[in-house]
Amino acid sequence: MSKVSVAYETKKKKKKLGFMYYLRRDWQLYLLLVFPVTMVIIFKYFPMAGLVIAFKDYKILKGFMGSEWVGFKNFVEIFSNKDFYRALRNTLILNGLDLLLGFPMPIILAIMLNEIRTMWYKKINQTLLYLPHFLSWVIIAGVAYQLFQPRTGLVNVLLRNMGFNEIPFLTENIHWVFSYVLIGVWQSMGWGTIIYLAAITGINPELYDSATIDGAGRWGKIRYVTLPGIRSTITIILIINLGRIMGSSFERAHSLGNPIVKEVASVIATYVYSAGIQAQKYSFTTAVGLFQSVVGLVLVLISDWISKKIGEEGLL
Amino acid sequence: MFGDRYIKTKIINRTADIFIYLTVGLLSLLCVLPFIHVLAKSLSSDAKVTSQLVYLIPKDFNLRAYRSVLGDPSMIRSLWHTVKVTVIFTALGMFLTVCAAYPLTRKRLRGRNIISVLFVITLYFSGGIIPDYLLMHRLGLLNKTASLILPLAFSAYNMIIMRTSIQTTVPDSLEESAFLDGASDIRILLQIVLPLCKPILATLCLFYAVGRWNAYQDSVFYITRQPLYLLQHKLNLLIQTTNTSLTSSEAQPDTVTNPEVIKSACIIFATLPIVIVYPFVQKYFVKGVMIGAVKG
Repeated sequence: MSKVSVAYETKKKKKKLGFMYYLRRDWQLYLLLVFPVTMVIIFKYFPMAGLVIAFKDYKILKGFMGSEWVGFKNFVEIFSNKDFYRALRNTLILNGLDLLLGFPMPIILAIMLNEIRTMWYKKINQTLLYLPHFLSWVIIAGVAYQLFQPRTGLVNVLLRNMGFNEIPFLTENIHWVFSYVLIGVWQSMGWGTIIYLAAITGINPELYDSATIDGAGRWGKIRYVTLPGIRSTITIILIINLGRIMGSSFERAHSLGNPIVKEVASVIATYVYSAGIQAQKYSFTTAVGLFQSVVGLVLVLISDWISKKIGEEGLL
Repeated sequence: MFGDRYIKTKIINRTADIFIYLTVGLLSLLCVLPFIHVLAKSLSSDAKVTSQLVYLIPKDFNLRAYRSVLGDPSMIRSLWHTVKVTVIFTALGMFLTVCAAYPLTRKRLRGRNIISVLFVITLYFSGGIIPDYLLMHRLGLLNKTASLILPLAFSAYNMIIMRTSIQTTVPDSLEESAFLDGASDIRILLQIVLPLCKPILATLCLFYAVGRWNAYQDSVFYITRQPLYLLQHKLNLLIQTTNTSLTSSEAQPDTVTNPEVIKSACIIFATLPIVIVYPFVQKYFVKGVMIGAVKG
């Protein structure tokens, strides 16, 4: 045997031995990993594999393997389905308004909180502002109905007492859309400030000092130091939010919705639930879900690409 | 002239301060007043609520609504069920998180990048509602409590938080020296790493517990048998319907008949556990967000 091949053989052996060696040395670490890996494979990767039924005509009795392949038939069907279009339209409108009204709010609030120099006052306000984030959508919806119901809701009672007309906040389509969005803004504005406040803390204090020397007032400092200082954070949060424009929160739409406003309250998640789990159109709704997440993923990639183009840090 | 300008700036600053303090204060009030109103309603008499006289202070203070909520066996059963699910879910979630996070901090571990990617992918992509549902169906977990515990028990997000904080709080040298002294990995984990990571363990426990307590989507999807409904799910039905077992009970003079009062009491009842832990958990949650934001 030539020298080279001997060297090759030993190297190969070493590598083989190597793996056994690592396994023997670190078996406890691998053992620990067995539990979460098993869970992830069963409960996250099996469903991902289950996405193939979007291309099949899934019948429960025939199972994943036995069901017939139908290619893109389900996807073609989606785009001729009126209910799907309604859900898609509502999802985009609600998320679009969410972004428009909900995105700037935490930034403004964080800048205002940062301007508060009285520590105890700031702390109290933060505690109160974070509270809605910790409560479930069911509770928020429950409270919303207590406030905005026709006749008995507190806000409508007050409006009536002051001589105004009642407002059908949650029982008329257009009003419901804005109530839905504003309740969302209300729920998330406080919590959303955390990330911006942290970014503001990271700004070099010397920048503020030199801005003062340059004669910048309070507004000037916000404009020329604070805002540029948190620009990359703003971009990243914007990217994340743009990526979510196709997503939909089942719980939020489900708990705030009611039969009267069905026309505007049906979003993709609630539609998948009613057409998929309740009406058992499994393949069709899996295709809807797949469409939703693929478009969502593409949106994230696009906004990430744009943000890198304009010279900001990307997300991925 | 110069002094004039100085005074002018000072006035502008003061006005800005007043504006900011008031706006922020007002927004904060907006976050709590709704709950105070609901609380006031739940503690008032039927008559006062019906005639819409209750705003922020209870009128004819009484606890009858709570008595009928707590007197409803299905409510107590649901509460107990939810507490059980939350505790088991949290324990399992913590176990899995630690099992995943600790090995992934060991640089000498072969294949740790692949496993890491395996976990992180689940943050960005999932099967979705229907494939999840069909999996539950296949596993025979529909209408089983396990369907509310197992699928969500491992959170890659929490794992990343755990991993990051192990890396930052436990010095590598400490673990290396223990390893060279012949301590086994599990022993290092139990006797060195976990004790040093107590704050983050507490934080993640609360993440899991609060998350489980608040979520009800899976209960809607997987559970069709009333006794297994989570509290939030039950509450949701209660809020959306007027006629429930609670209000249709036989008319004693003591019974609350106004559904608004009962609903208020139920809302407060389900909010209370969160509000009680809230002052303690708030700062941990803020910290968790910060760690999670480093690499989300």
